[in-house]
Amino acid sequence: MKAWRIDVLARPEQPDPMGLSALRALRSAGLDGVQDVRSRRGYLLGADLPEAQVRTFARAVLCDPVIDTFVVHAPDAAAQVPPRGTRMVAVVPRPGVTDPVAHSLQKALADLGLPVTAAGTYRAFDVRFAGDGDALRSAARKALANDVVQDVLLDALPAGLPGAAGVADLAVHPIPLAHLDTAGLEKLSKDGGLALDGAEMTAIQQHFGKLGRAPTRLELETLAQTWSEHCKHKTLTGNVRFEGRLIENLLKSTIAKVTHDLARDFCVSVFVDNAGIVKFDDEHSVCIKVETHNRPSAIEPFGGAGTGVGGVIRDVLGTGLGARPVASTDVFCFAPPDLAAKDLPQGCMHPLSLLKGVVAGVRDYGNPMGIPTVNGSVHFDENFVGNPLVYVGNVGILPTARAKKQARAGDVIVALGGRTGRDGIHGATFSSLELHTESEKLSSGAVQIGDPITERKAMDAVLRAADEDLFTAITDCGAGGFSSAVGEMAEGLGAVVELGNAPLKYQGLAPWEVWISEAQERMVLAVPPAKLERLLAVCAAEACEAVVLGRFTSDQRLRVEFQGTVHADLDLHFLHKGLPVRVRDAVWRAPKLAPLSLPRETDLGRAWLAVMGDFGVCSKEWIVRQYDHEVQAASAGKPLCGVKEDGPSDAAVLAPKLGSRRGVVLANGLNPRYSRIDPAAMAECALDEAMRNVVAAGGDPDYTVVLDNYCWGNTRDAECLGELVRATEALCALAMRYRTPFVSGKDSLHNEFRAGDRTIRIPGCILVTAMSVIPDVARTLTTDCKRAGSLVVLVGTTKDELGGSVYAKSKGQLGDRAPRVDHEVAHATLRGVARALAARCALAAHDLSEGGLAAALAEMCLGGRLGAAIDLDRVVVQSTLRAEQILFSESQSRFLLEVPPDRLDDLRANLGPVPFAVLGEVTKEATIVVRHGGADAARVAVADLEAAWKRPLDLDATLLSGGAK
Amino acid sequence: MNSPKVLVLRAPGINCERETHFAFERAGAAPSYVHIRELLADPTRLDSFAMLAVPGGFSYGDDISSGRVLALEMKSSLGPRILQFVARGGLVIGICNGFQVLVRLGLLPCTRGTLDEEVTLTHNLSNHYECRWVTLRTQKSRCVFLPAGLTLRWPAAHGEGRLVARDPALQRMLLDEGYAAALYVDDKGEATERYPHNPNGAPLGFAALTNGNGRVLGVMPHPDRSFLPTHMPNWRRTMLERGALPEDGDGMVVFREMVKVAKAEG
Repeated sequence: MKAWRIDVLARPEQPDPMGLSALRALRSAGLDGVQDVRSRRGYLLGADLPEAQVRTFARAVLCDPVIDTFVVHAPDAAAQVPPRGTRMVAVVPRPGVTDPVAHSLQKALADLGLPVTAAGTYRAFDVRFAGDGDALRSAARKALANDVVQDVLLDALPAGLPGAAGVADLAVHPIPLAHLDTAGLEKLSKDGGLALDGAEMTAIQQHFGKLGRAPTRLELETLAQTWSEHCKHKTLTGNVRFEGRLIENLLKSTIAKVTHDLARDFCVSVFVDNAGIVKFDDEHSVCIKVETHNRPSAIEPFGGAGTGVGGVIRDVLGTGLGARPVASTDVFCFAPPDLAAKDLPQGCMHPLSLLKGVVAGVRDYGNPMGIPTVNGSVHFDENFVGNPLVYVGNVGILPTARAKKQARAGDVIVALGGRTGRDGIHGATFSSLELHTESEKLSSGAVQIGDPITERKAMDAVLRAADEDLFTAITDCGAGGFSSAVGEMAEGLGAVVELGNAPLKYQGLAPWEVWISEAQERMVLAVPPAKLERLLAVCAAEACEAVVLGRFTSDQRLRVEFQGTVHADLDLHFLHKGLPVRVRDAVWRAPKLAPLSLPRETDLGRAWLAVMGDFGVCSKEWIVRQYDHEVQAASAGKPLCGVKEDGPSDAAVLAPKLGSRRGVVLANGLNPRYSRIDPAAMAECALDEAMRNVVAAGGDPDYTVVLDNYCWGNTRDAECLGELVRATEALCALAMRYRTPFVSGKDSLHNEFRAGDRTIRIPGCILVTAMSVIPDVARTLTTDCKRAGSLVVLVGTTKDELGGSVYAKSKGQLGDRAPRVDHEVAHATLRGVARALAARCALAAHDLSEGGLAAALAEMCLGGRLGAAIDLDRVVVQSTLRAEQILFSESQSRFLLEVPPDRLDDLRANLGPVPFAVLGEVTKEATIVVRHGGADAARVAVADLEAAWKRPLDLDATLLSGGAK
Repeated sequence: MNSPKVLVLRAPGINCERETHFAFERAGAAPSYVHIRELLADPTRLDSFAMLAVPGGFSYGDDISSGRVLALEMKSSLGPRILQFVARGGLVIGICNGFQVLVRLGLLPCTRGTLDEEVTLTHNLSNHYECRWVTLRTQKSRCVFLPAGLTLRWPAAHGEGRLVARDPALQRMLLDEGYAAALYVDDKGEATERYPHNPNGAPLGFAALTNGNGRVLGVMPHPDRSFLPTHMPNWRRTMLERGALPEDGDGMVVFREMVKVAKAEG
């Protein structure tokens, strides 16, 4: 469809930050000879609009009258020929990709009293470059666009707006199964992207055999969505044969059993709702959920990460009878950002591009939602190259009286929020398949583009409706779209759905597509008929679209119609209970690894700087500052701390109820590298680290809940599943000891990349998220040293545990033993330190994790712009250790405290039997002086440590210097 | 004396209304939420309030440019009405996105008393959003409720905060004639254009503007996120030095002063 094209550009005398940023990006993509870039913001308006009105609109709305100018290109005009030596690069959305700005353009047309017409956007760049056009195009593809959702045009503007969509296929499409053997069923599943195995397809075949009919396409799609790994966790809820035992329902007999056996009274609702609900005070509860959005982020990091954030926010919004999201937490795993281009398998995005895209995605969804991103971490390992991990989490608050939900027969099904389009079709089943070289092309339908403002409007509407008690149940549309949301809510009841009522983004969708689309920003509510009118009025007042999609019944059937034609009539019992129980074999084989052979360290100072500069250890300030961590005014402990607000924090501290100092401490633990040695160590250390972080910030280990989020390589492989079982059992044993119930969890079990004949599998990871409820945020701590003259106290025992450490990695080694957790000592340490901190025995506290004592001390000093003088001979050790072993060991259950000299006796009393040592003191001069064996061992300027720590991921500076690879 | 009433504006994408509401309440005002749809349906509602607050957020996603779509929606019916409201003694504050909306509406700096866009708040020189605490120095300005000479730490959190006037002469005039109500300052207390003390590169370090009669204030950094003592980044140090937490965080002064002026005049 033809369109007016309007380019808006900064006047020549004005700075052009977008152009400058594009210039840096092109240069860092390896394009030489670019002299200058000026940016243009492009808009498309339907050709039916008269030119005078186009100009009025451009002047009044599109153009900033203070700094911009604009150019209008007529619908039929050929692109202007750029001046000699200049090329024009246009980045345009591919057809079918959501353009969230289009709605605002149409709204602005209406507000200005102009006729509303089709609208869209693009970006363009005038690039002063005399070199080869193909090189420019290819660099632009990498640096300025994402091929999956955007096209790059050279010296041309987009021809027009996407035309009218095709005619919808409204036929019912029965799919005969009776004649197929197992291989035929498997082929049907594979060709249709259903991700069901032979046994599951056979169960469906038998069910419909008894009914004497073929399933319809929509029925088959519904079953595939509902039975997907993503929705049903078939592997974790299946049976596993392991070391001569049959473990029935792995999840129930491990993780869920811990929670059940502990029976902590602060657990309000666990494993039954979208998020785990925990008592906060007499009136309110907090709820928390973490999940992964790995697949979409691997293909399109910006959209994938953004919609991941949007999805987990909706999870919390749909918890109980509506919870208010108050904080987000995000944890990422990538391959090292300095990966050489030659080491990048075909079909993978470079980890630096992934990182930047993911961060931008989280930023551009979380910030507009008005939900602070308060906590997170980033981890690096070569094997994340094909499967980056994007964990997204959210915390909400709700009245405890509204923690339970139950739809009733007769309630109206209301869908509200965003419209339905073709986006994200087969996302739930896609996440169960292996990624490979062609995935980018094959799965672009699974890409989801977020529209945070639509979600914000849905959130405002839901929370207002919740305050007025207008619904009996709510859930979000996540994986599987309406099919999962309505199917879940209808369990034990029944439902009739009229899909023709669903508002669409564009015409042309088949009924099954409407039913399983994973279009974002949609919620489903069960509304008593008497409250329907009020609910629709509330939605209208909040500018949130809402429609009646059907009603809940009591006949235990899920009937889906489209304009009166029945497309599905499913027995709900079969839908929810008909899935065959999966039995898998699991076996644990310890990997064959070489023990560490580290020569005596000759330069401790240099080794220290190398550890501080490790991508895992280094400052993440560039990321943190792009997230709004202050909105909602709940922040009492920030992601960065210290005199210059650049030191790392262990945990986030929030006071989510304005006017109350009661708070929440939020932290996480993860170390993928240990998993290469022993997944049991990885799991234990993740839990201990999450707990240490919570405790160091002033959390209460006796009022802490945890979440388990699994990402694994390929659990169809018995050895891989064996790693998972081993890790799970270790995790559960430690959680029992800590008395920390699991309140929510999620899994992503197929993170394997096939590139030619190479299969790259991620190290198995369990991200542990810990949340503690505390009476007063004013009693929490930060990690930065506050005062010269304080004592530096190391709590815990240091062992010869360099296996899997950052230090060993800096020497190119892994080792064959990862740190383990001594359950007895660890629990006593957490409680002893928490008691001491509550008694105000310390001014600062920091947990020891990656980089050990050296990293922790450096971070405490740089936060406070102070130094320290310590003697390693005083450290409580298990055996005689060399200086580098003491400094860089990653032994668990250790804390570093800054203790005023007059508080030492109290500290001792509170720690009880927990071993600790006074290593030295905080000094005014910002240098760390280390003695060992009665002699000076190292002397490092804190400024040097700071520089080494800040440099690696300061991407603005890196790009400015053109130094990125 | 009754609590002065504050209209806290809501709109799609505005997301700081709860903390703004709470801060006014804490200062002794009587705030209430009014959605833009309700206000457009009956603009006379504004007249029953002593103050108007346009909170921060991403109104309409900040599509096209920050605050543009909401400003356009308000322009014809609400722009002139707010101008009258101010002329009659009403007080107005726009925070972050609210400031952007007031600028697009022409309510700030409004040097000629007409609704023209004389300045803009545009993309940070870094070309990305950034959340960081900044130090402000309040100026001897026309603003009737922002005392001069204060050094305040507030968090900035924006992608489009670079305050640029139509031309450098106007920018200078805004400083000289008391329209620039607060500037970003460096560690020495000097106004700065340099990152990171000035997070967006605004010429002359502009962080806040007032209008001709000093009854409208727009601020890029957030007093609504710095009004409690525990909001401040180094409250633990302050507590250590003073032995106790102070009553307020640095942002509270704005809400207290607005309420004080409204009460005194009311």
